[in-house]
Amino acid sequence: MAELTYLQAISDGLRTEMRRDKRVFVLGEDVGVYGGAFKVTLGFQEEFGAWRVIDAPLSETAIVGGATGAAMMGMRPVAEMQFADFVSCAWDHLVTIAAKQRWRAGTPVPIVLRLPSGGGFSGGPFHSQNPESSFAHIPGLKCVCPSTPEDAKGLIISAIEDPNPVLFFEHKHLYRRIKGEVPEERYTVPIGKARMHQEGEDVSVITWGAMVYTAEEAAKQVDASVEIVDLRTVMPWDKQAVLASVRKTSKVLVLHEDTRTGGFGGEIAATIGEEAFEDLDAPVKRIAAPDTPVPFSPALEKAFIPQVDDVVRGLKELIEY
Amino acid sequence: MLGMATARVAEPSGGSLQDVKEWGLDREDLLQIYKNMLITRGVEERGHILYRQGKIPGSFYTGRGNEASAVGVATAMGADDVGTPLHRDMGVHITRGVEPWRIFAQYMGRADGPTHGRDGNVHMADQRLGLLAMVSHLPAMLPVAVGCALAFRIREERRVAVAWSGEGAMARGDAHEGMNFAGVRKLPVVFICDNNQWAYSTPSHLEYAVEHLADRAQAYGFEGVVVDGTDVLAVYREAKRAVEKAREGGGPTLIECQTLRMEGHAVHDDAFYVPKELFERWAERDPIERYRRWLREQAELTDAEEDELAGQVKKLLNDALARAEESPQPDPSSLLEGVYATPEDLDTPHHK
Repeated sequence: MAELTYLQAISDGLRTEMRRDKRVFVLGEDVGVYGGAFKVTLGFQEEFGAWRVIDAPLSETAIVGGATGAAMMGMRPVAEMQFADFVSCAWDHLVTIAAKQRWRAGTPVPIVLRLPSGGGFSGGPFHSQNPESSFAHIPGLKCVCPSTPEDAKGLIISAIEDPNPVLFFEHKHLYRRIKGEVPEERYTVPIGKARMHQEGEDVSVITWGAMVYTAEEAAKQVDASVEIVDLRTVMPWDKQAVLASVRKTSKVLVLHEDTRTGGFGGEIAATIGEEAFEDLDAPVKRIAAPDTPVPFSPALEKAFIPQVDDVVRGLKELIEY
Repeated sequence: MLGMATARVAEPSGGSLQDVKEWGLDREDLLQIYKNMLITRGVEERGHILYRQGKIPGSFYTGRGNEASAVGVATAMGADDVGTPLHRDMGVHITRGVEPWRIFAQYMGRADGPTHGRDGNVHMADQRLGLLAMVSHLPAMLPVAVGCALAFRIREERRVAVAWSGEGAMARGDAHEGMNFAGVRKLPVVFICDNNQWAYSTPSHLEYAVEHLADRAQAYGFEGVVVDGTDVLAVYREAKRAVEKAREGGGPTLIECQTLRMEGHAVHDDAFYVPKELFERWAERDPIERYRRWLREQAELTDAEEDELAGQVKKLLNDALARAEESPQPDPSSLLEGVYATPEDLDTPHHK
């Protein structure tokens, strides 16, 4: 075991797979000499060469389309969007081609798309988004949102191994802030299995990504036993783990950093309503960002991203219900 | 025009049997090309009849006028090369060996079509034959073909990818990003632009402002070639040259094949906006008739051979139609299968 940051854990997992499997290569803007905008692939080009760590032109369409074609030819591309926000430029290749090719034409597309996502540092409307629900809505794609270094390493390896297009949402605000013990050997974390972040009896918080830590802080500030379920992957998502927690506590708060309407929390709340209605002692509560673009000013961004105080308030309402 | 044309305008094929031999085609190959063109047109003509009989759901698209371009390029590809043909490129599927009965089953949305009823018309491909199924968004498959070439380059394989686009879709950013990336990395890819002069109802002069679309190749750092897309041997010659250049590490080529779309955008469209004289002028250059005349003059194609070929094609198509009609409707309970791939799905010739 070694203590690694969340960012180092992603690098470690990626490096592990590139050493193990010659089909794995990295493609993106500034991923080579510069090591990527966030330095996840720092030193990779020296180790693996310029044809396995490929600096692409500023061409998201060619990066994701190119990764798709290379995957169809038997490679295991790991493409990087410099920021998750820029995946909009590559929507067609992900949604129109990669997501549908297996179902429609029998051709699997095993690509990983690394998406530095999330806000909290004045990135503004185009460097802060959490677009996982847009892609969770597309049949054929998988969406992974790790919150811990250990999961980040195990899930990037699982994503590379997976025969489908996998979107790997890595939260920028966790990159250097979160550290943890990470096994040095190769291991996988299954896609579709939630992690019990902390057990509790009175109320459940269902969340993922950076909000796991917001929930953890909030839980310390209420006089109740709070259970936190870290979904880890939103497509597929671990329905059984969520329902089990709901049945245990009978009160549930769904928390995410993405905006509220159409956010993935709606799907979770609806499923709880359909399948665990009789187990509930209070209406399902959602806490999410408001339905606006992500603001730039720290004062505005604080009002946008769910804060510990917001979660404390939500928990108290549920506890008192 | 501003005199900025930079693409090479290819010579017509003309030539004798001996000339053509130098390009790598013997008489048997020449007859096979002719047969592939006849099958291509035959499949689409029969498809049209099926559509009028109400047996084809949705819409129906043909590539009449593009047979020489499609067959010529596909004939120049090697067995291990790959391509992303589009909706006017039936000749590519035929030349690569897709069986017509499977195509008719595809048209009718039956279980034995290459997509098993999950997608329609020419949205199909047999990857075992080196083809990748197109999508409606054009030319979204162009960067995908570039990605195939990238895989070949990384693995240092002597394989080539062929990317098709219409002249209409050349206006989209996908074409720019794909060709720029391929040019920068000198990837083994050949870009084929089927220029049939009409993007649905929009004529060429409202689609692009250069003299030839192939002139754009210079901006990406590779060669552009303009070729008469009704001259199957000229198309073959230029495609072969470009494919082998790419295979040898010489990078991409953009080949613009000039044709006229001889029918509407799809069967519902009578193409009223295309001047009648234009159709008449291009009908005189019908690629199949043109090639037939060349075969008679230069390759001693006899009446008996023509009859035999016509008979073979007719029987092939009759049998194919009958077999496709017997193909069952897809089972509605299969709808949910295969949205996600399993590890076993990766165990294909291309995924080793």
